[in-house]
Amino acid sequence: MKTWVYIDHFNGEVVPASWEALGVGKSFGPVSALVFGKGVDAVAQAAFEFGADEVIVADDAALADFRAEAFAATLTALAAASAPDLILLPTTTRTRELSAMSAIDLNTGVLVDVTVLEDNGGQILATRPVYEGKLLEKTVCAAKPQFVTLRARAFPKPAREAGRSGALSKAAAQTAALTSVEGYTASESSVNLADASVVIAGGRGVSNNPSLGLDEKATAEKGFQIVGELASVLGGAVGATRAVVDAGFIPYAHQVGQTGKVVSPDLYIGVGVSGAIQHIVGMRTAKLIVAVNKDAEAPIFKVARYGVVGDLFQVLPALTEAFKKKLGK
Amino acid sequence: MKIIVCIKQVPDSEAKVVAADGKASWGDAPLVINPFDEYAVEGALQQKEAQGGEVIALCLGPETAKEALKHALAMGSDSAILVSDPALGAVDSQGAAKLLAAAIPKIGGVEMVVFGRQTLDDGTGLTIAQTARVLGWPLLSFAGAIKVDGGKATVERVFEEGKQTISASLPAVVSVVQSIGEPRYPSFMGIRKASKAVIPQWSLADLGVTAPTPVVTRAALDNPPSRDVTCEIITGETPAQIAEALAEKILAEKVL
Repeated sequence: MKTWVYIDHFNGEVVPASWEALGVGKSFGPVSALVFGKGVDAVAQAAFEFGADEVIVADDAALADFRAEAFAATLTALAAASAPDLILLPTTTRTRELSAMSAIDLNTGVLVDVTVLEDNGGQILATRPVYEGKLLEKTVCAAKPQFVTLRARAFPKPAREAGRSGALSKAAAQTAALTSVEGYTASESSVNLADASVVIAGGRGVSNNPSLGLDEKATAEKGFQIVGELASVLGGAVGATRAVVDAGFIPYAHQVGQTGKVVSPDLYIGVGVSGAIQHIVGMRTAKLIVAVNKDAEAPIFKVARYGVVGDLFQVLPALTEAFKKKLGK
Repeated sequence: MKIIVCIKQVPDSEAKVVAADGKASWGDAPLVINPFDEYAVEGALQQKEAQGGEVIALCLGPETAKEALKHALAMGSDSAILVSDPALGAVDSQGAAKLLAAAIPKIGGVEMVVFGRQTLDDGTGLTIAQTARVLGWPLLSFAGAIKVDGGKATVERVFEEGKQTISASLPAVVSVVQSIGEPRYPSFMGIRKASKAVIPQWSLADLGVTAPTPVVTRAALDNPPSRDVTCEIITGETPAQIAEALAEKILAEKVL
């Protein structure tokens, strides 16, 4: 099976799930990695080190910013010329558009947000969560190339082999785009929730604690500071429920759940999170779920493996201290 | 400005959805307008208020989806159109995009098509970009704010790594995220108007197309393996004792 893996990056910063996709691709045989952008030599080298046998690079000033039309046209032209059977991509906002458009050009389809992938003699059988993870759907694509986007953290990341190399080829960029990028402001949080192996999420309880004698905003500030300290000791990312995002206590980038991010970390700790279904659908596939809440009846305890009924403002700092000692930090 | 807002009807988020004989079933739980599409309607209405013009809600689905269109009308959309045909079986995202891209020119004079960023059913999130591709129109996706000036739309694109300002000439396809603003509640007058509305239904023949053959098909639909968790409540005399015990439990699970 002729397999391509698209390496998604933003300004040279590779989305880790790209390497997971490369690992999946390798399980089917030799893999060509695709790297599009401007000045992407380091990304191409990393692709070799994570296992690519060949790297196809389209390096052009017109590809400096992701613009779906130009990226899709570049991918379409390459695929039309070389006829791969399978194109794997990590699932991101960019790759969803890229694969969607290129699939239209090539009269084929995309299997999206896949968590399990089987090869039935060249035909991919892909499993993906649907109805907010309430059901699992298996889908197939009748045409080729089969585009498949893989959910972050659903597949293992291959080991990196420093200095590994392979065949590098240059491809022409298709530069016609219909949109212009006029400005960019970096996200306030540097950690991408979807790729985090530990997520500590704060809910209403973080801002609502009358015993501190502070107003809600000041309480939330202190609360998220405590949450952040635990996240930092565990090397994790800070998440939040919609309630505290809507209240303006933390930016939207942190929101987990139906209208935010779906996360699948190894460890999720919900603090002051009641566990509304809209939040649960965003974190229920975490390997281990822990909840700290004052209310013993909070629905989050129904999905948690371990729980503490108590005040997060007392329990969390103590937990941070305990981990500092045990992890030798 | 003539604005189309594309909406879909989905089972309510609170519904218990189960798989039975390869089909999704939600019992007697209500079907509602896709929650993200309410933001799309809100975004479209904001543009109408700023620019003048009209908002037309467009939906591809069974006849029951007229209820979702009525919600869009009650919020303030001027009219609604349902694309529906008994000849339509399972439609994949490519097929849906081709049908929408056939309906939009038939409406005529459209300058902006607004979508919600995703649907909460078995949707793929692909149809937005594919509709733009079939139409050959620019895609301004994940818009948290939209500004239209002199035939050009500028949006604030909210994505994983931050925010971009991106622009394109109209007509354009736009998808919105929740920072566009809380969807307005239907007004009393709006609800009355919606309840009386007769929603036109366009068939494949009306669009001058045949039923698209799906490329992506469902092979199976299953319930996820049940995760029987019993929550073990960690107790102790002091927060330090509780924290110590909890940290031990977490470390023993080898997830760190």
